Amino acid sequence: MKKTRTLLAALSVSLLASASAFAGDVRIMWYSDGVEGDVIQDLLNRFMKDNPDIHLTLDNVAYKVIQEQLPIQLEAGQGPDIARVTNIKELAQHWLDLRPLVADPKYWDDNFGDTLDWMRPDGSNAIPGFLTQLTLTGGFANKTLFEQAGVPLPGDKATWDDWINAAAQVAKSQQLPAAFAIDRSGHRISGPNVSFGANYVGPDGMPAKVDDGTKAFVSKLVDWTAKGLMLKDTWVSAAGSTYRAAADDFINAQIPFYYSGSWQVANLSTKIGDSFDWVATGSPCGPAGCSGVKGGAALVAIKYTKNPKDVAKVMDYLAREDVVKEFSERTLFLPAHKGVVEKGGLKWVSTDKNVGPALDKFVKAAGETLSAADALPPWKWANAYFAALVTRVSQVMAGELSLDDAWDKIDQDIADRVAEAK
Amino acid sequence: MTGAATLKAWAGAALAAPVVWLASIVNVPLKSWQRATGTGGMAAFFLAPNMAIFGIFVLVPLVINFFYSATSGTAYFLQDRTYVGLEQYQRLLDCGSYLDTATCREDLFWKAVHNTGLFVVAQVALMTVVSMATALILNREIVGRSFWRAVFFFPVLLSPVVTGLIWRWILQRQGLLNLIVHNRGGEPHNWLTDRFWAFTAAVSVSVWAHMGFYTLILLAGLQAIPRDLYEAAEMDGTKPARVFWRITLPLLMPNLLVVIVLTLIRAVQIFDEAYVLTGGGPGTSTLYITQYIYEIGFASLLRNPGLASAASILMGLVLVVLTLLQLKVGRRGERKGARE
Repeated sequence: MKKTRTLLAALSVSLLASASAFAGDVRIMWYSDGVEGDVIQDLLNRFMKDNPDIHLTLDNVAYKVIQEQLPIQLEAGQGPDIARVTNIKELAQHWLDLRPLVADPKYWDDNFGDTLDWMRPDGSNAIPGFLTQLTLTGGFANKTLFEQAGVPLPGDKATWDDWINAAAQVAKSQQLPAAFAIDRSGHRISGPNVSFGANYVGPDGMPAKVDDGTKAFVSKLVDWTAKGLMLKDTWVSAAGSTYRAAADDFINAQIPFYYSGSWQVANLSTKIGDSFDWVATGSPCGPAGCSGVKGGAALVAIKYTKNPKDVAKVMDYLAREDVVKEFSERTLFLPAHKGVVEKGGLKWVSTDKNVGPALDKFVKAAGETLSAADALPPWKWANAYFAALVTRVSQVMAGELSLDDAWDKIDQDIADRVAEAK
Repeated sequence: MTGAATLKAWAGAALAAPVVWLASIVNVPLKSWQRATGTGGMAAFFLAPNMAIFGIFVLVPLVINFFYSATSGTAYFLQDRTYVGLEQYQRLLDCGSYLDTATCREDLFWKAVHNTGLFVVAQVALMTVVSMATALILNREIVGRSFWRAVFFFPVLLSPVVTGLIWRWILQRQGLLNLIVHNRGGEPHNWLTDRFWAFTAAVSVSVWAHMGFYTLILLAGLQAIPRDLYEAAEMDGTKPARVFWRITLPLLMPNLLVVIVLTLIRAVQIFDEAYVLTGGGPGTSTLYITQYIYEIGFASLLRNPGLASAASILMGLVLVVLTLLQLKVGRRGERKGARE
């Protein structure tokens, strides 16, 4: 009797232990901006057909869950087996190193080597995952509105002043509420800041104090907002570092020029349809260059998975050149896979005539970013800098702070964050 | 006994049987418990489930929050955080002048405190006046009185997020209000990026959303005032204004005090409607304490759980004072009622 009880207890314990993750079970936490949820599900179904011993579950969640709940799960040593994330550097300690698990680590280094530092702790050679999309900040212009106003679109090397002046003429002619808008995001104004000579990273790798480059562009931005050239709603009507996109105002033809990024292409194509023609403009120029800032969403393996070998197999499949190519073509995302980029010839799956040229423009602009901008994606303190910029600059725009006070506050906010993280 | 009555009795007995059976089972341990602990023990037994829930979901988080406020770091788990004592409180309270938020180390916290103070004054005053006026009107013999009572109470049933969204759709640049203004030949205004109008909107929407509840409390008070007092005043030829100041208001004072204190407590806690409506903007002009705590604790890229916990403890202390005030007011009302 005693023996039976012991056996039953052992069986219960082993059942409980295995209930959380059966061999072959892999959960993927995924968020979508557009159609990528459907595309990835399709690709995963194909994988499961070829690998019946591995069962994949795709948990489609809101982006907020990825931003706010996943970090807490990870802190507790919980979470999915794989996740699609954007906060890839700050949470790097939770990613699984796939180097000893993937079939060919050299393939990963060769094709994703340029962006692996974005998602691993400084000094590490780990392979935590890969970027599902490379993003680049840049502008969009409503070509139809420019034509109706009889204002020519500024050319390739046009400056920020050129663009704002041209957009202001369009806005005046077409009786629009404003000339342009930039998403309410520190990441978004960092490309222009760098183009005006800003460098956020100090010589010791720690955050530098706000420099003349940042001051130059932000001062212009504040001035444009005060004059009503920049749409006030986007930046002023929120507090803190809350993200606000101005895409809907561009889609509704309320502004002729919009500065956001490559990830908007699918969104604009879907929502604008054939209402008007639009073009991607790249980043307008400042004294130092015409730079956007790269970024991206990464698919990473989580350290706390119970099935690391299966996870590696899934990651190997999703990182395959043909799979990355298909994923990019169907989602209209820029690929971060070196082989796919170098071979080119991507056939974007869209009937919208604006899409192909827009994506090609972003691919071209990706080669023109400045080194100060390229330093930001793998930099640990980038988010702290971005958040402090948004919080304080919007206070200046609302008339609560002077620019001089704002510089001090930005430096203080970043210093507090660094001190808190130590 | 008729056939129908017999049937009814049988059905009743059949339905009651499982309950009786269950009671007979529970009865044995309960009797033993009562014998062992007396009637006091029985009270404790019945209170235990409620107290357990209160303890797990209120007291334990409160204690954990207190510990968080004495730590620093960006980690979420207490064992990974550094003990710093009262440093977070010192940081929050470090101010050159509490009247000038720019001189404060945590200027956004003090900005939120100032905004909340202003909101409380404006909202409590407006809520009290509007609820009182509505209650006085609904207490009169007007056509469709029940309908109007339901109309004024309806917003109370709405989720605060829905309330915020509805009014955002109305007040935003391309919203309903601007459409009406435009159609009437006026110049549309960007209401939510204007500091004065954004604040006014936050206060007004809050009053619109909750006044039904307070109107109901005042209406109950009005209906409890004896009619003969009004009849006597009428016979004496007293003017309506004098009747209001000399009869209605003094006799309504206990209810009015309850309304004021309840409104005060809720106004200090303002978050959801205002957050959805204005997002704390323009700038930080509608950033209130609860939003500050939420932002700094969870949402911001500059999140700091220790500082958020310390701010919430300070806010909790204010609420404790207000709650004690409410209890005192309530007890005074009860004593007065008992004397009368």
